[in-house]
Amino acid sequence: MNSDALGLLLVTQLTVIAITVYFFYRVLTTPSRPEPDSYTDNDQ
Amino acid sequence: MALGQTESWGSRVGLILAMAGNAVGLGNFLRFPVQAVNNGGGAFIIPYLVCFLLMGIPLLWVEWSMGRFGGRSNNHSTPFILDSMTKKAFWKYFGVFGIFTNIAVASYYCYIESWTMSYVWHSIIGTFDGMSQTQVAQFFSKYVDIDKSLTGIPYEAVVFYVLCLLLNTFILSRGLAGVERAAKIGIPLLLVFGSFLAIRGLTLGASGASAEVPNASAWDGLNFLWTPQYSSLSDPKVWLAAAGQIFFTLSVGMGTIHCYAAYVKSKDDVALNAVSAGFTNEFVEVVLGSSIVIPIAAGYLGLDWVKENAGFGMAFQTMPFLFEKWGPILSTVAGVMWFGLLFFAGITSSLAMGTPWMGFMRDEFGWGRLKGAWSFGAIVLALGLPTVIFYEHGVFDEYDYWAGTVSLVVFALAESILFAWVFGIDKGWRELLSGSDLKVPNIYKFIIKYVTPLMLLLVFLGAVFTPLGNDWTAAFVSLFSGEGWQLDHASIIKTITNAGLHEQLVAATDPTEVARLEDRRFYTNAARLLLTTTFAALAGLVYLAARKRSSPSNQTNHE
Repeated sequence: MNSDALGLLLVTQLTVIAITVYFFYRVLTTPSRPEPDSYTDNDQ
Repeated sequence: MALGQTESWGSRVGLILAMAGNAVGLGNFLRFPVQAVNNGGGAFIIPYLVCFLLMGIPLLWVEWSMGRFGGRSNNHSTPFILDSMTKKAFWKYFGVFGIFTNIAVASYYCYIESWTMSYVWHSIIGTFDGMSQTQVAQFFSKYVDIDKSLTGIPYEAVVFYVLCLLLNTFILSRGLAGVERAAKIGIPLLLVFGSFLAIRGLTLGASGASAEVPNASAWDGLNFLWTPQYSSLSDPKVWLAAAGQIFFTLSVGMGTIHCYAAYVKSKDDVALNAVSAGFTNEFVEVVLGSSIVIPIAAGYLGLDWVKENAGFGMAFQTMPFLFEKWGPILSTVAGVMWFGLLFFAGITSSLAMGTPWMGFMRDEFGWGRLKGAWSFGAIVLALGLPTVIFYEHGVFDEYDYWAGTVSLVVFALAESILFAWVFGIDKGWRELLSGSDLKVPNIYKFIIKYVTPLMLLLVFLGAVFTPLGNDWTAAFVSLFSGEGWQLDHASIIKTITNAGLHEQLVAATDPTEVARLEDRRFYTNAARLLLTTTFAALAGLVYLAARKRSSPSNQTNHE
């Protein structure tokens, strides 16, 4: 691959991967709201 | 109506995966790389990402917020979600698009989904073993010609279509729990299959070169896809293509996001959920979608072949032939993974298409899950069979154009205006931030109010007035030099009048060709009539529901 293409591929794909992982990390580490919330798995 | 409150999501991750599954579709793997190839290769990614930030993310936030707002009054489909946001009665009829589009798209989308099911089966039993490239391509042509049986199963295409519909209907009959479970299984498997094939595409290099194509190299495909060609950034065609791709890849303008979000309570987040689902879709599209079809095809058939043949058909007409080059075991595994990932991408989207109808019938007419799911399956079957039986007469393309393309843009434009200008951006902004786990940048208040509707308007006008050859620069030069604006046959105006078909008919002299074109015109108009009748019937149901709501005994149920 030429360096321009490789550069754009790496910057774009790594950025998208990093942001996706960051948002999922935020979702997984945010504490659940007190019941009753929208999700039945949290129900007592 | 208490019935609307009986459904809920099992978990937050389940909801995000279901939303991501709704967005991730066949287009992530087939439409995106082809659009990139046809629009300047590497330069395409720049307008694509700009459109994602200025149109994609705002629309996701708008639809999630609208859905949750409507759900507060027990509305789970767009007619009455839109109605709950304004006092003007006509908006609920715009909301009909949010049910109509899903039913019409599901009817042909499930057909494509059934191809992937069938091709998984054919990969396992080794149908493609030893076939030449032409034979693999012919296999597809024979498959969609339903009169011919390829495996001894009579009407195989119809059988797989009905099987696929039955599977969708069964899962839908389990309610949101069924949809969520399908997403929790389908999306992780899709990511595993996609990653395997993407790694193969990124590492194939020049190892696929052969005596017939000695210069074939996957690097050429990747170079073409990613080398920035900045000159194409000044071409409006590239920007419109990028905006269109962002629009279709996120499944916005369909009413499915509203429906899913209507089951989220107002104290729970929508802002972070929306961007998480949106970026999952982008991961599948930009990272996996760009690393499979184009590099693998270029690796065996050369870049010139890819430039000439890049299109949706590559998935079925070319990929099985290329997998055969990996040896008997790996070709079977690759075939199962490729068509398996397309199947999971398809079914998580088609399931989403069933939920607005089910939500509407439950909210307004008290239909249970079973009745809602089976009625959806029956309507989709009735509308979809013409696309299966008359596929080669253009019925499929007609559905895709009007329901799967034009309707989405019309509805998205209408809802963006409703949210920012009728409901009011201040109220809309408060709705978005309510319960938010994400600090949404204030600039997005401006973007949602001005930029997103303007971009959607441009996409819509671009489709209505597509210039000849999609050459915008030449069209503007022609306009300003007083020579007028020549429309392309692909523009909405020319499509409505069947201009392209008429031109072909005038030019045709061979009686067989004339008969074929006349047939095509008949089926094209019949398909439009069927779609219009469906829309009118749904609008009639909305009218009945509104009358039912206005009766004194029902007035408290949706407050």
